[in-house]
Amino acid sequence: MSPLAAGLATSLAESGTTSAAEGVLFWVIAPVMVISALGLLFARKTVHAAMSIVVVMISLAILYVAQEAPFLGVVQVIVYTGAVMMLFLFVLMLVGVDSSDSLVETISGQRWIGLLLGGGLAAVLVGVVLTAADMAPVGLAEANADTNPVGVARVIFSDYVFALEVVGTLLVIAALGALVLTHRQRLTRLVGQRERSDARVAAGAVLTPLPAPGVYARSNAMDVPALGPDGRPLEHSVPRVLRIRGQERAVSDVHAEIGAEGIGSTPPERSITGEEQVR
Amino acid sequence: MAVPGLATLGGPLAAAVELPPSADFSNDTWWIVAIKAVGIVVFLLTSVLIAIWFERKVVARMQIRPGPNVHGPFGLLQSLADAMKLLLKEDINVKAADKVVYIVAPMISVFCALLTFAVIPLGPVVSMFGVETPVQLTDFPVAVLYILAATSVGVYGIVLGGWASGSTYPLLGAVRSTAQVISYELAMGLSLVSVFVMAGSMSTSQIVESQDSVWWVFPLLPAFVIYFISMVGEVNRLPFDLPEAEGELVSGFMTEYSSMKFAWFFLAEYINMLNVSAVATTLFFGGWKAPFGLGLINDGMLNQGWWPVLWFLAKLWFFMFLFVWIRGTLLRFRYDQFMKFGWKVLIPAALVWIVCVAVVQGVRQFTDVDLRTLLIVLGVIAVVGIGLSFLVPEKKPEPEPEPEAFDAFAGGYPVPPLPGQTLPPSPRRARLEAQRAQGGTGTATATITQAPSGAPGADADTPADGEQEETRG
Repeated sequence: MSPLAAGLATSLAESGTTSAAEGVLFWVIAPVMVISALGLLFARKTVHAAMSIVVVMISLAILYVAQEAPFLGVVQVIVYTGAVMMLFLFVLMLVGVDSSDSLVETISGQRWIGLLLGGGLAAVLVGVVLTAADMAPVGLAEANADTNPVGVARVIFSDYVFALEVVGTLLVIAALGALVLTHRQRLTRLVGQRERSDARVAAGAVLTPLPAPGVYARSNAMDVPALGPDGRPLEHSVPRVLRIRGQERAVSDVHAEIGAEGIGSTPPERSITGEEQVR
Repeated sequence: MAVPGLATLGGPLAAAVELPPSADFSNDTWWIVAIKAVGIVVFLLTSVLIAIWFERKVVARMQIRPGPNVHGPFGLLQSLADAMKLLLKEDINVKAADKVVYIVAPMISVFCALLTFAVIPLGPVVSMFGVETPVQLTDFPVAVLYILAATSVGVYGIVLGGWASGSTYPLLGAVRSTAQVISYELAMGLSLVSVFVMAGSMSTSQIVESQDSVWWVFPLLPAFVIYFISMVGEVNRLPFDLPEAEGELVSGFMTEYSSMKFAWFFLAEYINMLNVSAVATTLFFGGWKAPFGLGLINDGMLNQGWWPVLWFLAKLWFFMFLFVWIRGTLLRFRYDQFMKFGWKVLIPAALVWIVCVAVVQGVRQFTDVDLRTLLIVLGVIAVVGIGLSFLVPEKKPEPEPEPEAFDAFAGGYPVPPLPGQTLPPSPRRARLEAQRAQGGTGTATATITQAPSGAPGADADTPADGEQEETRG
């Protein structure tokens, strides 16, 4: 994926031998891939496992680029790393940061089935690798004659266009199915921000955020009301919950110079325009 | 699964697309590559320092205040001082953090941000220490896709940083950023497709070459508008800076980061701004080509040698200025508005535009219609369409549907009313009132009449406490 990899992508095309740079790239990438693949198996946290997959995917993309398949390599990163794994991670995060997986095995005998399938896969892979050892690659230069993406486009949109359309339709159907299954019919009309603000103005409610509780030399807690411009305590500057529980304190508890009613010498009682509602 | 009839389609399409010569890197020696790579990193780091100063200065001017003006000429050294301060601050590691991921996350961000400029052509072929080489580190047939891939991996830095901090606000910031990037990268990629279709290539140097006669921003204006909006969304800048919305999330995914690690996120954000600006310049604004017909002077003197780097930088900083201008002008979106805008406006618009471009390109290549006729026909269609749209009667707002009478026994057994439905007055109540009108008798009836008057069904669920829920500032 890195420009370095692109630079190192020397041709394997017709000769069937790898250059030194390609060998170095492979032996650097391969251990990283194996270690992170093992990390997927043994990581305790799901996010760590997901990150291991990401590392494997990006390393794989680098190898694709080195094998003269730049389109496949880059699309691998965009689609799988950038979109699919990101969605995985999204779900993992929404499920919860600390939630650990339940280790109870729900399918009986799943270990044996897993071992059997794993053994089968290993047998197939060993067989393929052994027979592929002395294979001469053919036709890479021809396929990439008009640059790699054009070659891929020609194959996908002429030879395999039907298969592509079928897969596309399948994906659209799956997406539609997900939409239908998660669709919820709205019972009431949606009340938007505009309607809510209109209603608030019509009701004559406070339009601004409520005033913060008061800050005094002896208290900056939430249970003491702030003073208004007229010097009287603002009742609604104390959170409603505290008021309902009766846990608010009077200004006089913390302010030495203000009397029980909250009217004192500082700040002076004054009117600003003369039209304010007197509390 | 091969369809032989369609196999012939590939032929004319490929033949019609003329592939202009791409940048030639065959002369590059290893030290030329090294010089270019180091040059790009140095360029990006100094540009970030200048960008921070530039942003603060321009925003200050927009708000009628001087901005940084103490350290160095015009306050130029202010961002250097800030950077030094960040480096020397105490590096706090959060106890609840997932250590490895917490430290790696900012590195992922910066590393991926540095990748993009490798394929951006800063100029044509120049002579560099006696070697003829383009002012570009590398290029390949899928260079623009490579840029998209690098940005999409870069988001992992934000997401993992938010997750690994082990705290609520960063996690929320990370989740928002995931959703944001997935939605806006779609629109971004789709808007770039029309440039690929017109230029016939995804290699950056070939796209620049293809803009010899006209910059793609003019014929592909809708695609550019979509790209511009989604690029602002992609780099988490105002009005789309929801992952780090200060008013709601402290500073989002960066909340628990300090010192150098915070500086890296900061660096990545500004490099990403430079990246998307460079992509906009390259794909839509002619890359390094001289603007305003300057390229015609003296046999294209201004399009050769090192001059084009100047034009490239001018265009790049024009976009940086737009970023700052937007920041100084617009307010932050609400999250649902932002998502709705991405999925319901940008992506459909981008899809429709791709279809239009593909149809025009198809008509040009598979038929003998020349471009002028085609444009005239399209213009006539557009004018007629707009004219017809005036004839369509304006939609009157639908009257509020009268609430239907709710029949609790419609399904055979009684059900409670759903929200928005009201129970019809009880028949028993009507009977009682009729009885009372007759001067009803009996104590039993009297007790029943007491009960419903206390609890009228219609407004039973309004809170007794008349106060409104308010946000508290």
